[in-house]
Amino acid sequence: MMSNIQAKLKAGLAALALTGPFLLPQAAQAEGTVNIYSQRQPFLIEPLLDAFTEETGIETEVLFLKDGLPERIAAEGENSPADLILTVDIGRLVGVVEEGVTQPIESEAINAGIPEQYRDPEGHWFGVTTRGRVIYASKDRVEQDTITYEELADPKWEGKICMRSGQHMYNIALFASMIAHHGEAEAEEWMNGLKANLARKPSGNDRGQAQAIYAGECDLGLGNTYYVGKMMTNDKEPEQKEWADAIKVLFPNNDARGTHVNVSGMALAKHAPNKENAVKLMEFLASPEAQAIYAEVNFEYPVREDAEVSDLVANWGEIHPDDLPLAEIAKHRKAASEMVDRVGLDEGPES
Amino acid sequence: MSSFTLKAPLPPKSTRAGKTRRQRHPLTLAATALVATVVLLPLCATILIALSGTGADWPHLARYVLPQSVATTLHLLVMVTMATAVVGVTCAWLVVAYDFPFRRTLSWALVLPLAVPPYLAAYAYAEFFHYVGPVQSALRALFGYTRPNEYWFPEIRTVTGAAIVISAVTFPYVYLTARVVFIMQGRNVADVARTLGAGPARVFWRVLLPVARPAIIAGVALVLMETVNDFGAVQHLGVETLTLAIYSTWLNRGSLEGAAQIAVIMLFLVFMLLTGEQMARRKQRFHSGRASQMKARPPRLRLAGWRAGAAFLAGLLPVLAGFGIPLAVFGRFALNRLEQFGEPAMTEALATSVLTALATAILAIAAALLLLYTARLVRTRKMALLVRIATIGYAMPGTILALGLLVTLARFDNFIDALAREYAGFSTGLLFTGSATAVVLACAIRFLALAEGAIQAGIEKLPPNLDEAARSLGRTAPASAATVLLPLLNPAILTAGILVFVDTVKELSATIVLRPFGFNTLATYVYENASRGAVEDGAMAALLIIVVAIVPVILLSGPLMRDRDA
Repeated sequence: MMSNIQAKLKAGLAALALTGPFLLPQAAQAEGTVNIYSQRQPFLIEPLLDAFTEETGIETEVLFLKDGLPERIAAEGENSPADLILTVDIGRLVGVVEEGVTQPIESEAINAGIPEQYRDPEGHWFGVTTRGRVIYASKDRVEQDTITYEELADPKWEGKICMRSGQHMYNIALFASMIAHHGEAEAEEWMNGLKANLARKPSGNDRGQAQAIYAGECDLGLGNTYYVGKMMTNDKEPEQKEWADAIKVLFPNNDARGTHVNVSGMALAKHAPNKENAVKLMEFLASPEAQAIYAEVNFEYPVREDAEVSDLVANWGEIHPDDLPLAEIAKHRKAASEMVDRVGLDEGPES
Repeated sequence: MSSFTLKAPLPPKSTRAGKTRRQRHPLTLAATALVATVVLLPLCATILIALSGTGADWPHLARYVLPQSVATTLHLLVMVTMATAVVGVTCAWLVVAYDFPFRRTLSWALVLPLAVPPYLAAYAYAEFFHYVGPVQSALRALFGYTRPNEYWFPEIRTVTGAAIVISAVTFPYVYLTARVVFIMQGRNVADVARTLGAGPARVFWRVLLPVARPAIIAGVALVLMETVNDFGAVQHLGVETLTLAIYSTWLNRGSLEGAAQIAVIMLFLVFMLLTGEQMARRKQRFHSGRASQMKARPPRLRLAGWRAGAAFLAGLLPVLAGFGIPLAVFGRFALNRLEQFGEPAMTEALATSVLTALATAILAIAAALLLLYTARLVRTRKMALLVRIATIGYAMPGTILALGLLVTLARFDNFIDALAREYAGFSTGLLFTGSATAVVLACAIRFLALAEGAIQAGIEKLPPNLDEAARSLGRTAPASAATVLLPLLNPAILTAGILVFVDTVKELSATIVLRPFGFNTLATYVYENASRGAVEDGAMAALLIIVVAIVPVILLSGPLMRDRDA
């Protein structure tokens, strides 16, 4: 019995010895690198970072994080290895700044490239790409080629609209823009109308809404522009091309105040150990060259007015973004989130 | 000869006895105190964050969020608890007590659904049963329908749908813990009852079920906590539980404090549920009479004809539901991406996943054994309470638990670094939070409940006089534990190992908050793709998670089932 125990102990120790070395901290602060904490998927930024390394010789390290990114940098304090923060959604971007883990920069190159409405007046955050929150409409069942967000509350769409959770950050930003334009009372009335028009309980992701239109569950869906591009180019699951084929992209309010757009953006970490390299990378990301790559990889819109959109995106027609400053939208996010609860949007249509 | 005690006397309550005992095991107690402190770190941090809040979120939460989300959560819990208890216990009893075609295969296949993370199961179900999915397409082809409104089909995006999905991948917790008891004791007790003239049904209901109740409850408690902490599955299916309220309070309304407050209240509810159950059965103790008896196994009852077929189907259906459907959906995606297999990134993620899971399993089992052994030595209510609180972290959403650990560990790291800079003139950097240690620690804390549940179920079967006898013969307490208790606990420890290993391989939320640069697991690989709406590209990694989980399940199923005795 005793030898059995000893054998087990040995096996346990051997396992620990095996796993031990990989528990040691790694040096992430080598010379000539820049460390990126990113809420953007590595796959999307890889082509950009490769181009950056080729141009400058500076290596990059990417850590993909999701919720809790600002809290993590705050906890790490002065020892944080983070140099550059990449996020999606204006709410997250402002959230990082509000956590106090960023520092402002004043760069001619960046400010010249990025229009004012897409960057922080204080210089803490900068938008890099934009994406429209558009309406996917059934090609077969929806005749009109223009639409407004306001119209989504029109009873003519009763039982015809699909969307993902109202608490998802992309919807929250859209609702915040509605509050900014119309005030809370009117926005709430609108949201009640939207709820009444839902075909089903909000669920799934943006692609799921296109799938639902294809399946005939609804005629209109709310979604981001780039998902359409991803579905159209999905060679491995050709059925997704069929979903994309069943819908047309409508840019709401395109003729008047413009379509609501959200951003993916960047900020410089407060205790960036490689600050100089990080600023170089930020300037690179704002350059026309990088902007074009970024837009091409993920079917987003470059923030620079002189950068090209991909051919596929150009096919949907020209987008006129709402010129409401994003900082204004960020202010109304909390109110928007509470409104979603109050209206009970995620409970779906009354049955 | 078998003998067993029902309603053994309660442990002595005398504080004096406790005191003398305490003096006898200073090392054990010190180690236990250390483990308990570390395990409680995230919970304490979460409570502190909750206390730092103003309560400004509450008028809104109380009026518009909580009534509905508490009701939804309870509704979900009741359905999942009942479904997993029935399925888990039935399957465990079938494979332990009867013999039928493919029994041995099913006995390990029934564990496989554990390898499927709930959020992937939710995705798979939504696709599988969607209008454009295989089921409805086949129905339409069969009956000639062309439009969705021509026929009725159950909606998976409902509380019931979510309950089915979550039950399908969590029932193995009950199956595993119940099976351990049925193996360790079931037959002996059953034989006594049989010789006294009770029929098989009566034996099951009147003897085996009560005897197995603590183990079943332990399994159900794990299911309950996993259901409460789930975010991905309920979000995908549009079911608004308390956990979703935690996330929207934190991320959309910028109040981590408010989120922590909801989390603490949620934990309190779970704690009350579990404690209430324990109070209800505190007068019952079931122990096996003699250790040697536990290894003897009478033959299984051989089923024939339709009974054999029914038993086979009863075991097969849960496997198909929890494993077959996800495998079908992700298998198809993966087949379109065979070139991903063997990519360096994938191989690296595989290695990291396996190492992390191994380290976590060892750590969690060691901690659970220590806590439970101390609880056995120091039989006080306080110690039992400590064990319960130490494992409640499993009910917390992984992200919140990870944040709690992050805050405390980072503070510790920075403290050490400041000391080193001040006195030694160099920087240590972030020792824990800058390395994989934080991830392993977080997973071990998170899944301590799994190890504790499985081992506790086994330990409850061991009569207290077993190791006391060894100690009275001159062995020290640790030596008697090592030579007498540990070997008897083998099935329970192996079960604990499988549970923690498998759950760590699929763990995502804590890993993604705490991991250092270059630390990619299979689960993070899946998520990087899923979070940009391209689950398909993560399918190969998802399948690898399942493969990695299958290996220990199969390796350990032999010793677990003791088939040589059958």
